[in-house]
Amino acid sequence: MTFLVNGRTFDREPAPGQCLRTFLRELGHFGVKKGCDAGDCGACTVWLDGEPVHSCITPAFRADGRAVTTIEGLGRPGAPHPLQRRFEDAPGFQCGFCTAGMIMTSATFTEEQKADLPRALKGNLCRCTGYRAIEDAVKGVGAVRTAAPGKAVGTSVGAPAGHDVVTGHAEFTMDTHIDGMLHLKVLHSPHAHARIVSIDKSAALAVPGVHRVYTWQDVPRKRFTTAIHTDHLVDPDDTFVLDDTVRFAGQRVAAVLADTVGAAEEGCRRLAVEYEVLPAVFDPEAAMADGAPRLHGSDDPFVRDPEHNVLLELHSHVGDVDTGFAQADVVHEGTYVSPRVQHAHLETHGSIAWMEGGRLNVRTSSQSPSIAKAKLEYLFALRPDQVRVFCKRVGGAFGGKQEVLTEDLVALATLDTGRPTCFEYTREEEFTTASPRHPMTLTVKLGAKADGTLTAVQVRNVSNTGAYGNHGGETLHAGGAAVMIYRCPNKRYDAYSVYTNTVPSGALRGYGMTQPAFAVESAMDELARALHLDPLELRRRNIVRPGEPLVALHDGPDDVVFTEDGLARCIDLVGDALARTADQPPPGPEWLVGTGVASSLHETAPPTEHLSEAWVTLGDDLVYELAVGTVEFGEGTSTAHVQIAANQLRTTPARIRLVQSDTDRTGFDTGAFASAGLSVAGNAVLRAAAAVRDRILEFSAAHTGVHVVLCSMDDDGVVCGDRRVSLAELVAAARARGIRFTAARKAYGSPRSVTSNTQGFRVAVHRVTGETRILYSVQAADVGVVINPAQVRGQVEGGVAQGIGFALTENHHVDDHGVMTNPSLRNYRIPTYADIPRTEVLLVGSADSVGPLHAKGMAECCINPVAPALANAVHDATGVRYRALPLTPERIYGRLQAQQSVAAGRAP
Amino acid sequence: MDLNTITEVVRRPSERPGADWRDGDAWLAGGTWLYSVEQPELSRLIDLTALRWEPLVRSDEGLEIGATCTIRDLYAQTWPLDWTAGILFHAACEAFLSSFKVWNAATVGGNICMALPAGPMITLAVALEARCELWAPDGSGRFVDALDFVTGEHRNVLTPGEILRRVTIPAHALRRRTAHRRFSLTRLGRSTVFLVGTQGRGGTDLSLTLTAGTTRPVRLDFASVPDARTLRQRIDALPADVWFADANGTPEHRRHLTYHFAEEIRRELTAGDLP
Repeated sequence: MTFLVNGRTFDREPAPGQCLRTFLRELGHFGVKKGCDAGDCGACTVWLDGEPVHSCITPAFRADGRAVTTIEGLGRPGAPHPLQRRFEDAPGFQCGFCTAGMIMTSATFTEEQKADLPRALKGNLCRCTGYRAIEDAVKGVGAVRTAAPGKAVGTSVGAPAGHDVVTGHAEFTMDTHIDGMLHLKVLHSPHAHARIVSIDKSAALAVPGVHRVYTWQDVPRKRFTTAIHTDHLVDPDDTFVLDDTVRFAGQRVAAVLADTVGAAEEGCRRLAVEYEVLPAVFDPEAAMADGAPRLHGSDDPFVRDPEHNVLLELHSHVGDVDTGFAQADVVHEGTYVSPRVQHAHLETHGSIAWMEGGRLNVRTSSQSPSIAKAKLEYLFALRPDQVRVFCKRVGGAFGGKQEVLTEDLVALATLDTGRPTCFEYTREEEFTTASPRHPMTLTVKLGAKADGTLTAVQVRNVSNTGAYGNHGGETLHAGGAAVMIYRCPNKRYDAYSVYTNTVPSGALRGYGMTQPAFAVESAMDELARALHLDPLELRRRNIVRPGEPLVALHDGPDDVVFTEDGLARCIDLVGDALARTADQPPPGPEWLVGTGVASSLHETAPPTEHLSEAWVTLGDDLVYELAVGTVEFGEGTSTAHVQIAANQLRTTPARIRLVQSDTDRTGFDTGAFASAGLSVAGNAVLRAAAAVRDRILEFSAAHTGVHVVLCSMDDDGVVCGDRRVSLAELVAAARARGIRFTAARKAYGSPRSVTSNTQGFRVAVHRVTGETRILYSVQAADVGVVINPAQVRGQVEGGVAQGIGFALTENHHVDDHGVMTNPSLRNYRIPTYADIPRTEVLLVGSADSVGPLHAKGMAECCINPVAPALANAVHDATGVRYRALPLTPERIYGRLQAQQSVAAGRAP
Repeated sequence: MDLNTITEVVRRPSERPGADWRDGDAWLAGGTWLYSVEQPELSRLIDLTALRWEPLVRSDEGLEIGATCTIRDLYAQTWPLDWTAGILFHAACEAFLSSFKVWNAATVGGNICMALPAGPMITLAVALEARCELWAPDGSGRFVDALDFVTGEHRNVLTPGEILRRVTIPAHALRRRTAHRRFSLTRLGRSTVFLVGTQGRGGTDLSLTLTAGTTRPVRLDFASVPDARTLRQRIDALPADVWFADANGTPEHRRHLTYHFAEEIRRELTAGDLP
């Protein structure tokens, strides 16, 4: 068939059942993205004869004789469409994976649609921004500014990849074509717990195009953990690449390698697997009981009590809580439930491997190529020089890619066959097999004097690590932060990480602190009610203040620098903002209105080993090349790194070229998580740039005979006394002497700082339907010195939006057999534009950070107070306490008083 | 997504398709649902849009909607002033979870045949007393009330190879007064319940269609507007298993919302101050 794409004629037949999305990508139009492959997210939006359609649900043959326009054809680099320019200038993106779809949709809007963006954009999901920035982009509001030399820090400069993102030229993981590439698909277990008795591969191998079938017998018998940490000992080695026992519904049973995805799928369907179904346990309390089905053997010393499925137990005491409760005038106790939720980053997991020069190359969607590389070396007994792992742009992660979920299988297949191999997750696989947030059930008991002074804080945390222990231990430790935030002489934290036959939990923004924050901040609100105290005032009286120890699990030495009262200022700002807006009317007579607040405190780097190295080199083209191993997936560290380097070198971001996340081209980096991309990698960048600056200045001094204290950087030159020497002259002079201006520096994740925040909501709850509407949202955050105001605002807004999703709209349904029943974006509802209010973001400045230029990473912390602030507001509105998330209408309505009279039938 | 088991698409079917229907066949209209989930049991698609059925035919008898009429075409129509029920067309289109982009391809017939509890074209057809014209593979035809067409979640009365050709809405139904209520767990989300009440102009009757909350559409017809207690009793009398359970609502909440919104509709149509 003949058709046009972006004005160019193609003559080519699609496969009979092929969708337009993959057909266009085969033709090289990689700007057409896959977020869901089911018509729900809009990332694949293209125009068919000028009309926007979701190309993933459009039969490819429908393009016959028609004109297709993709993001690449809307405008081009250097000559973008006005909407592309607006999305760059707003900036209307973070990771940029939804951006092409957003632009291809909004570029078609009528005036009527522009006036009703919630409806017009309901078919486009963004997981990063919280949609305010997208509204700005559509309406032409811009925040990006150009920085003068040496003034990049503090200016909202654009992301280095911004122009490529909006024109569809930014390369994401899957945006490439390799000749002869094979495709891998996985057969997933239908059972939550079973032993694999046998796998008959013969019918699968008979499928034309199938090359290999891998089962547990074909993989290295080495246990490892999929969790990414520099110190691999903080997670249990309890996982095989493929195993002869499956411990959750969805677990890999076998992998089929074939010429095409279709052949690999058919191979999976033809596999004959005999299972011996074993008893399964889904609830962590039940799993800890005597006689419960046992998931793992006892040969891993990390596992605390395999008999009772306990991965890890923590029992810490400071002071004596019994005495503390005896001294209390009021004691509150409640049990709070924070359920499983999913990252739903729009780019699914995936990786591509190939051999080049006898070395294994892996291109992947990861938060840490360095650690992914180390794991592949271990699993396949490779020397460090035999493996390269790298990322292109990553389409969102939020912790979900702090995990090795695809790299092991592509490496296995490529090492076996020598052929390039691709393994790309489906959206359903994201829900059923990728690691969601740990469900935690927390019992919080608080004692206080009548004036609000806390006398005892006791928390019991039962965390469901799922079938494997990746991140099970570290998230449990992290939960202590919710205890740390309040000063109290008597604290007790008992915590259990428990194996169950459910999808393995993992890292997710907030990392083990979000769930305890929901519990403790809800409990503090209930305590305030019992004491007849303003909840903000109760917090003011009890939060830790500078000079006081940060006591979570034990009262001992720590590595946290904490000298400013940022949290108190956050609390005051939110109090003022709620008072200022107190006259907001309810949406109607059936609506109950209330306000709620919550706070959180968060260290700016993880407690485990965290290392990063940065290299800065002034090239012959007079551009500074900045190489840093950390990964960009929308959190904005690339922009910040460029700004930091530009400031140190007294130049502009335009003169910095970033090389990132490639083990061949950058130094080691533990990974982009726990806000370490700014606080640790940022320090490495700062030091490397400063070192290069100093070398240039010293060389200039020698070159000119002017003392170095009289030399200063000046964009593309150096001012030495009253003379200005161009970088071109200096580089030439240096080269003549065999000198290059280059430096490497490392940074370490200790000491650390704290960042803190407070969230306020005013909500309305419908007394009959149970619907909750957010009338007002405000977050105050201590972000230290702001490097990029627009990005900081965007991170807070995005974190609040994700928090709202986890609290109000998202619900992970699992049936009695442990199988998720809504594994799609159609039925697991992450917030759309219509669901998210605008959040007023109030920034508190502080200078106590040990991060670069006293900046604080805050992309994690901002999510923690969202759910408890909502639950507290709903309580304030309705008089009813909801201690289990999510706060969806069908869970709210039944306990509201008003509905009782309706249920009884009202008179006409 | 790619439907990799499809080996053939019949892009030019005969005027009365279905004669060579076989296992593994599926009718293809917009494809917006078919391509959105895995279809490993399918091997051949028969493209009905190639038949270019008239999307909308108005006459004194009422309105014929060709099964392949797109949601976009339906939404774009302006209706005669005396078709007071015309506002329901807009409301039903806007009840889709999907956006206007999907409407460019999705069809009225496709939505009805999918037989989802939340299918808004089903709501529309049942509330407006539509009849479905079905074509059998042997060339024969039959008519089924829209109310009876959907029998459960993803279940309808079509036999293998049978096809929904058109739905016909009688003129008298288009001239009725209407009131509707919809609720979803998220803003602009998929319907948890979608209720439509209609009433003859100047009349005192009430016809109440319940969808989304129930596994199949339910229509409660009253010769005269009932009092609140009677209305509630009629809803109470529905079998317990009619209330639908999925990610978009629990049976209890759906019944509760149905009581609430049914009563609101009853009062709105009792007030008599609407066209």
